[in-house]
Amino acid sequence: MHNPMRSEAEAFRWLVVILAGALTVIALTLLTRPLVGAIWALVLIVAGLAMALRDSRGTEHGPLAVTRGGDGRHRVLALANQTVRSPALLEQLAESTRERRAEIRVVVPALPGSRAELWASDTDEATELARQRMELCVLDLREAGHRANGAVGDSDPSVALADALAEYPADEIVISTLPPGRSRWLDERVVERAREELSLPVRHLVWDPEAKRATPG
Amino acid sequence: MESSSAALGHPAAAGASAGAAGGGGHHHGPPEAHASSKVDRQVLGMILFIVSEVMLFGAFFAAYFFLRVVVNPEAWPPESVHLPVAIAGINTAILVSSSFTMHYALEGIRRGNHLALKLGLAITWLLGATFLFIQVNEYIHIGFSARDGAFGSVFYGLTGLHGAHVFIGLLLLTFANIRAWRGHFGPAAKEHLGVEIPGIYWHFVDVMWIIVFVTVYIL
Repeated sequence: MHNPMRSEAEAFRWLVVILAGALTVIALTLLTRPLVGAIWALVLIVAGLAMALRDSRGTEHGPLAVTRGGDGRHRVLALANQTVRSPALLEQLAESTRERRAEIRVVVPALPGSRAELWASDTDEATELARQRMELCVLDLREAGHRANGAVGDSDPSVALADALAEYPADEIVISTLPPGRSRWLDERVVERAREELSLPVRHLVWDPEAKRATPG
Repeated sequence: MESSSAALGHPAAAGASAGAAGGGGHHHGPPEAHASSKVDRQVLGMILFIVSEVMLFGAFFAAYFFLRVVVNPEAWPPESVHLPVAIAGINTAILVSSSFTMHYALEGIRRGNHLALKLGLAITWLLGATFLFIQVNEYIHIGFSARDGAFGSVFYGLTGLHGAHVFIGLLLLTFANIRAWRGHFGPAAKEHLGVEIPGIYWHFVDVMWIIVFVTVYIL
């Protein structure tokens, strides 16, 4: 959910819409009686609220800002949630960093269990779960000899990616998801959008935990 | 929603990003705040202020509708009261026009047209001042005061509250006008926040008047 009024231009658009609605109320009242105008005004208010609710659905995605490195170290940003400890992701990260000075950052979005939890900002449990997943993955990577660190990200994976890129100079991105049909991230076009908006290489890895096998995205 | 960041024991991360952002130089002070909402903090502050203002106006409208619907007097407005609907309608047109000139000013500066900015802001200020002048004139000649029953109280309460907001808006526009004439604003979004934010406030004031006018004078 996002704020439907974020600038003067949007405030002006709302003013024009409200003005148009008010003119119909005035016309109806003058042509009939105040009660009819009042009922019509109520209808318009309800419709306006519904429109505002519809406009505010989802997250407003702006252009992604990429931070550039420069110390010669190859930096890989891994975005994953349920598949963050999959052998396939660890293998892919090992492949991406093989035989070069490299660093890996693992970002795990904190996904609330329900929409009610999201609206109530009741994200403590989700944040803790994401932190545990991220820390275990980082420990796995460090045990395998990699230089690795991690962060818990926003509940929206695209926003988590944008936030991470704003401060982490990644050279490559690896996004790990569940298979199509079971992955909400794929429904939300997280990988496609990252590929469209970023000039960095974006690898997509699909891990099926039941079949315990990976397929390239 | 802002992200909750919990970087795991890696002090190099913050330093690396700070160095990159600063072109390799040393970073002093706290890191830049995340802005996942993609809204400038100043704009967000004005929007939150407007939300509180909506609640304030909501309280006055609640009083108005309580008196009109729940108390339900025989005549509303009282028979002795004759509201100058035509003049208020013209005044509404004047105020609504000022939102269009405000938007014209901002569109102008977004394209780098400083003349459009100055012209738009000056006309907006003049239209706002004209509205306020006509409203004060209406108060002088309307023939009832805030002491004359519940209708008088709620009429002056609603229109007076709005008038106070127009006055505050005019003060903001005065500063925006002065700064525009001194060449403080530019086409980039961050370079004309001093017009953008009063613009949002001004549109809010106009929207509130449309609602006040329809409620008090028409319905």
